[in-house]
Amino acid sequence: MVIEGEQGRERSGMSGAGDEVLTAEHVLEYPYSRSVGPAIGAFLAGLRDGRLIGCRASGGRVVVPPTEYDPETAEATGELVEVGPEGTVTTWAWVTDPAPQHPLDHPFAWVLVVPDGADTAMLHVLDAGLPEAVATGMRVRPDFRPADERVGSIADLRAFVPTAPAAGQVPKAATTVAATRPDSGAVTAVDTPIRLDYHFTAGTAATPYLRGLAEGRFVGQRCPVCKKVYIPPRGSCPTDGVATEGAEVLAGTGTVTTYCVVNVPFAGQSIEIPYICAQVLLDGADISFMALIQEIPAAEVRMGLRVEAVWVSPEERGPTMASVKYFRPSGEPDADYESYRAYL
Amino acid sequence: MTAAPTPRQGSRPVAVVSFAQAPNVRRDTAHNEVELLMPVITEVLGAVGITKDDLGFICSGSTDYLVGGPFSFVGALDAVGVWPPKSESHVEMDAAWALYEAWVRLQEDDVDTALVYGFGKSSMGDLGKILALQLDPYTMAPLWPDPVSLAALQARALLDRGLATERDFAEVAARSRRSALDNPKAQVAEDRTADELLGDDYVVAPLRRHSLPPLTDGAAAIVLAAGERAFELCERPAWITGIDHRVETHAVGARDLTASPSTAKAAEVAGVSAGPVEVAELHAAFAPQELILRRALGLSADPTGNGSTVVNPSGGPLAANALMAGGLIRIGEAAARIAGGTAGRVVAHATSGPVLQQNLVAVLEGA
Repeated sequence: MVIEGEQGRERSGMSGAGDEVLTAEHVLEYPYSRSVGPAIGAFLAGLRDGRLIGCRASGGRVVVPPTEYDPETAEATGELVEVGPEGTVTTWAWVTDPAPQHPLDHPFAWVLVVPDGADTAMLHVLDAGLPEAVATGMRVRPDFRPADERVGSIADLRAFVPTAPAAGQVPKAATTVAATRPDSGAVTAVDTPIRLDYHFTAGTAATPYLRGLAEGRFVGQRCPVCKKVYIPPRGSCPTDGVATEGAEVLAGTGTVTTYCVVNVPFAGQSIEIPYICAQVLLDGADISFMALIQEIPAAEVRMGLRVEAVWVSPEERGPTMASVKYFRPSGEPDADYESYRAYL
Repeated sequence: MTAAPTPRQGSRPVAVVSFAQAPNVRRDTAHNEVELLMPVITEVLGAVGITKDDLGFICSGSTDYLVGGPFSFVGALDAVGVWPPKSESHVEMDAAWALYEAWVRLQEDDVDTALVYGFGKSSMGDLGKILALQLDPYTMAPLWPDPVSLAALQARALLDRGLATERDFAEVAARSRRSALDNPKAQVAEDRTADELLGDDYVVAPLRRHSLPPLTDGAAAIVLAAGERAFELCERPAWITGIDHRVETHAVGARDLTASPSTAKAAEVAGVSAGPVEVAELHAAFAPQELILRRALGLSADPTGNGSTVVNPSGGPLAANALMAGGLIRIGEAAARIAGGTAGRVVAHATSGPVLQQNLVAVLEGA
């Protein structure tokens, strides 16, 4: 779900070959595990223990979440203090359609809350049912998850909720506390996994290249200035900074300009080690690309080795480099060093 | 020959001599980043009759999070063609900060020209998630507050302190989209009154749809030139007579969201109040932010002109909001008023970070 204003116009176009530009879905996921330091660590340990922790900063101000340095003066902050648990909403925003990543799955308010005894606000959500129940200045209290579900994370605080109206309520002052309760350990790290979804555009130059792969052909483009042929084409000549042109269909044969023998296993590896990772200069191209070399013992691979592409079966081919199974020796005599010296 | 006005900062006068931008669109499905940039760079260099070989320095602004791949700025250099090897730099910020770096670089007199560019395709990912990742990663980002929600918290604070009304927001949006009718590169341009806009639904209350910027794919470039070189390249250079940028704390809850002290400080250092401001291009992505910035910059309350400052005659970010290029575009649009001879002293503002955390202010003047 995308939150957005007016959309306005779009811009579409055709690839260099006159057909539709290819797009693809792409997902990035990072399982970050972050060290938190003494101040945030105390705050997260506090949440795990069901309380709000701040710190005393310059001029006696109480900052929450606590920081190691005063956000305004940059002086080192002082003792940890317990604040709240109740607090006052200083501003709010109403979300009618929560996104999947949001803390609550039903309409809620984002709020900045100044916990009693604190001088700064903390961001969280307010679970209040209806926007009519929310106002700047309203009193709220934290609603923590059950103790056995709390792990030392901002999500241990499920949400703020409105306090029951009570006459003569007096906000509590901040009280000094030890970093963590003696019966529970410190929080030193927090896991913050992220996932981002992308919708890629191959662009006008790379699209004919990718479509060519689906047909078992290598299609490059030529720079109109220096006349070099680039494969894969990325839309510009990196030397001249101008758009590359045309559709240069190259033979599936080329020369190994340099190579390495991979002996290191790594996560996600799909080929048995040892294997050869080489730079292959296709005949007619002015740039080499990385390719796998097979059907030859690793010890016999050499610079100047002539190779040819081995494609997967026509049914398995698609607009992807996976259409090229690997390169193998073509049986021709080795290329003269001078023929590829400029491409090393 | 006319002399360049004396800059308040630096020892060497530097001017914007050329500006170009891609059409701002919701979604460019045809071009990758290099293909988006290349025509812009060709245009910005061609307009002043130079080639990449004449450039003394290149600096760009972009973020890999938008592209979804590492070191995308290195790939983007293919749009310039950096052979033989060029002196180059990059900031993971709006390209207005790349312009600042280039301005600093041009204070050394071994180079006379610099190319600055920025690019951002917002259409490829979910900005609601991507921009949450610029927040504190321990206590804020895991809640995934999106930029619209943070701007809504800021807007509510303005309303509840009596500093603005919802009608004020609608009037900013109505004026911006009407001004955009004269900008062929704008993405959202329309002639709707504030009354009509007040009928829009809330997206995240109190922000109605009109107070949000469009999601934009775009790119922009500027050529800077120093000293006499600026007069050689351009009839009316827009001289940067003052430029400064300031930052506030990363802790959103520790700030007064209704004010922008960093903008005010940058404006003071850049000398905004030292003369009349005919035009101000403000990087206010959300309508309420324009009100905060006008106050921080000391601009008049009437943004339509009438002897006072005209605000965002290009339509501003409410008409087109290319991330990482939008701030640079403000500088380019302001400079274009000088180059076109319609203004003599203008102000450009750029912002970075959540809800106006970091702000850059530049004063540009004709000779």
